[in-house]
Amino acid sequence: MQVHNFEKIWLGAAILLIVGFIATISYGTVGAGIQMVDDSGGQISAQAVQNGESGTQFDDPGVVRQNDSHYVVYVVAQQFQFVPGSGDNPIRIPADTRVTFRVTSADVLHGFSIVETNVNTMVIPGQVAEVTVRFDEPGTYGLVCHEYCGAAHHTMGGSVEVVPRSQYDYQEVSD
Amino acid sequence: MVFVDSYPKTSKLVRSEFLVAFAALGLGALFGIVQALHRTGLFRGFVSSADYYTLLTGHGVLLALVFTTFFIAGLFAWATTNSLERELPQRLSWSAFWLMLTGTVLAAVAIIGGIVGAPTVFGHDLQADVLFTFYAPMKAHPAFYVGAALIIVGSWLAGLAYFKSLWDWRSENPDERIPLRAFMVVTTMLMWYISTIGVAVEVVALLIPWSLGLIQSVDPLLTRTLFWYFGHPVVYFWLMPAYLVWYTVLPKLAGGRLFSDPLARVVFVLFLLLSTPVGFHHQYVDPGIPEGFKFIAMTNTMFLLLPSLLTAFTVVASIEHGARQRGGEGYFGWLRSLPWGDPAFAGCMLAGLMFAAGGFSGMINAGMNINYLIHNTLWVPGHFHLTVGTAFALTAMAISYWLVPQITGKRLRQRTVALAQPYVWFVGMALMSNAMHRAGLAGIPRRTAEPNYDEFAFEGLVGTVGEMRLQIAIGGLLLFLGAAMFLFVMAETWLAHRGGTLSVNSEFPDPLSGPEHSPRILDNYKLWTAIALVLIVIAYGPPLASMVADGIAVPGSPPIPV
Repeated sequence: MQVHNFEKIWLGAAILLIVGFIATISYGTVGAGIQMVDDSGGQISAQAVQNGESGTQFDDPGVVRQNDSHYVVYVVAQQFQFVPGSGDNPIRIPADTRVTFRVTSADVLHGFSIVETNVNTMVIPGQVAEVTVRFDEPGTYGLVCHEYCGAAHHTMGGSVEVVPRSQYDYQEVSD
Repeated sequence: MVFVDSYPKTSKLVRSEFLVAFAALGLGALFGIVQALHRTGLFRGFVSSADYYTLLTGHGVLLALVFTTFFIAGLFAWATTNSLERELPQRLSWSAFWLMLTGTVLAAVAIIGGIVGAPTVFGHDLQADVLFTFYAPMKAHPAFYVGAALIIVGSWLAGLAYFKSLWDWRSENPDERIPLRAFMVVTTMLMWYISTIGVAVEVVALLIPWSLGLIQSVDPLLTRTLFWYFGHPVVYFWLMPAYLVWYTVLPKLAGGRLFSDPLARVVFVLFLLLSTPVGFHHQYVDPGIPEGFKFIAMTNTMFLLLPSLLTAFTVVASIEHGARQRGGEGYFGWLRSLPWGDPAFAGCMLAGLMFAAGGFSGMINAGMNINYLIHNTLWVPGHFHLTVGTAFALTAMAISYWLVPQITGKRLRQRTVALAQPYVWFVGMALMSNAMHRAGLAGIPRRTAEPNYDEFAFEGLVGTVGEMRLQIAIGGLLLFLGAAMFLFVMAETWLAHRGGTLSVNSEFPDPLSGPEHSPRILDNYKLWTAIALVLIVIAYGPPLASMVADGIAVPGSPPIPV
C-alpha cells in the first residue's frame, strides 16, 4: 500500500493526539480521582418510590447526617419538581464537607444538574444515581432538570444552599 | 450522456427520494424557527410552552431521521448506479421507498396529532411529544413507534438493492476492485445494519407491544441503552455520505483528483469497525452502568477521531491539488484559486470547515470527565447543529445543486440565490452554534421551552445570557432563510423545462493513488464485519447481560401518561 510521507506524519500526529486525550482522562480518573456515575447506587422500584413504600430513605427524602464530615442527600425527582430542592424547599448542605447525593425518579427520566458544578447525572426510573462532592464555596446554586420529562419540564428547577460549615444547623436534619 | 438519460429508472427513484427529503427539510426548518424564536423569547405567539415539545419532536424526527434517510437513499442510489454502471433493482428499491414513506406519514400524523389536541385514535391519545430519543417510560401513540420501525426497515431494503447491484457487478467483473463509491455505499450500509439492530429490538420487541398494552412494563435503562447503541452510529450514517461527497465529488469540483483511494477505503473500514461500540459515551452520567464500560466506549470514541483526521488530510490535499492545477500558488495562496463561485463547491467547503469546529466540540463531549460540565446543556445541540445540521445538511444541499440537474436533465436556476445560500447558512450557524456552546458552559440546559427558573438565574461566563439569546434567534432566522433559499432554487430548477446542455456531469477523474495500490483485504467485507461484531460484543455484551439478568422488564416502568 502506498502511503505518502506527509500522510505518515499526519497519521502519527493524529494517533499521538488520541493517545494523549486518553491519557489525560485516565489521569483524571486515577490521579485526580474524578469518579464517574456508575452502578454503585443500586436499583429500586420507581412505583414504590412514587407510593412512598420503597422501604428506603426515599420515602422521607432530605438531608441525612452520617457523621460530622459526611452528609447524604436523598432526592426524589418527579414531574415536575425535586423533593427536596424545588420551590421554597431548597437543599441545604454544609460547605467543605463530603456530601453524597442519592437521586432517583418516581416516574420518567429526569436530569439532576447543579449549575456550573460537576454535579450532573441522569435520573432513571429504577436506578439510584449516586454522586459524592465537596463544595468549597458557600452560596446558592441553581438546580436544573436537564432531561425532557413532560409538558411542564421547563418549570422543573430548584436550588442548593451551601452554608458555611460553622453556621450549618445540623439539628434540622435527621441522623 | 446525462445521468437521467443513461439511467432513467434510477433517476426517477432518486427524484422521488429527494422530493420527500426536501419536504421534510422545509417542514423541519419551519418547526426550527418557531422554536428558536420561542425559546429565546423573541416571539412566543406561535405555540404554548407545553406544545413546544411537540414541535421539538417534529424538528428532530423530520430532520435527523426523515430528511437524512431519504436524502442518503437518493444519494446512494445515484452513487451505486453511477459507479457500477447499472440500474438499481427496481422492485426492491421502490418497496423500500414506499415502506419508508408509510413510516414517515405514520410518525408525522402521530406527532402532529399533539398540536391539534391529541384526539383518541384506536384507544390511544394521538400524540408523540417524546422527542427524537423517545425515552421510555414516556409514551407516544403506537403509530409513532410503528412509523419509526417502518422507516428503519425500509432503509434496510434500500440497502439490499445496493448489495444486489454489487453482487451482479461482481459476477461480471470477478477480478476488478470494487469502485470506490460503491465501496463507500456498501461499507456505510453494513455499519447501518449492525447499528440499527439496537433500535429495532428496542422498538419492535419492547416499545410497540408496551405502547399497545400487550406488556405491562419495560426497563427504562435497557431501552435507553438500546437506543444509544444506535444513537451514535446514526451520526456516522449521516457523516459517511457527506464523506463520500467530499472524497469523490469535491476534488473534481475543485478541478483536481482524489489524493488517495486506499486511504479513503481505510477510513470507511475504520468507521465500520468503531462506529457502534461507542454508544455508552452518551451514557457517561447514567446510573446503573459500571465505570469500566464507559471507559471502553471512551477509548473507542477517541479512536474514531482517526478516520476524521485522516479525512481532513486527504480531502484538503485533493483540493490543494485541484487548486494548483488551476494555477494556485504559495503555501496558502492556492486557496484563492478554488471555484468559490460554484455553489456546490462553496457549500461543501463551508460544511467541511464547520465540521472541523464541530469535531473539536465533539472531542470535549467524548472526554469522559469534562463531559460533566456540558452533559445535556445547550452545548450539545450547539455541537450537533455543526455536525448533522451543517456537515451533513449543508453538504446535502450543496451537492443537490450539482446532482439535481443530472437527475432531472434541467439546468440549475437562480444561480445567484444558490451561490449566496451556503454563505447565509454558514453565518447563521456560526451565530447560533457559538452562542449555544457558550450558553452550555453557563449551565443552560437543552430541550426546554423556557430556560428561566423561579429559584435562580443563569450567568454567562463569556458575554451575557441576553446577548446569547439574541445570537441564537438571529442565527435561527438566517438558517431558516438559508433553507428557504435552497428550496426556492430546487423548486425553480425542478419545475423548469429541459433545454440547453448541462454544465455538470458525473464523470470522475482517476485518483492520484488508485485502488491498485491498496491491499485486497480492504475489500473483504466479511472480515471487517466479523471484527466489528466482536468489538461490539466486548463493549456491549457484559453490561447488556447484566441489565437483562434480572429479567428484561426489571426494574420496570409502566407507560406515562397511561
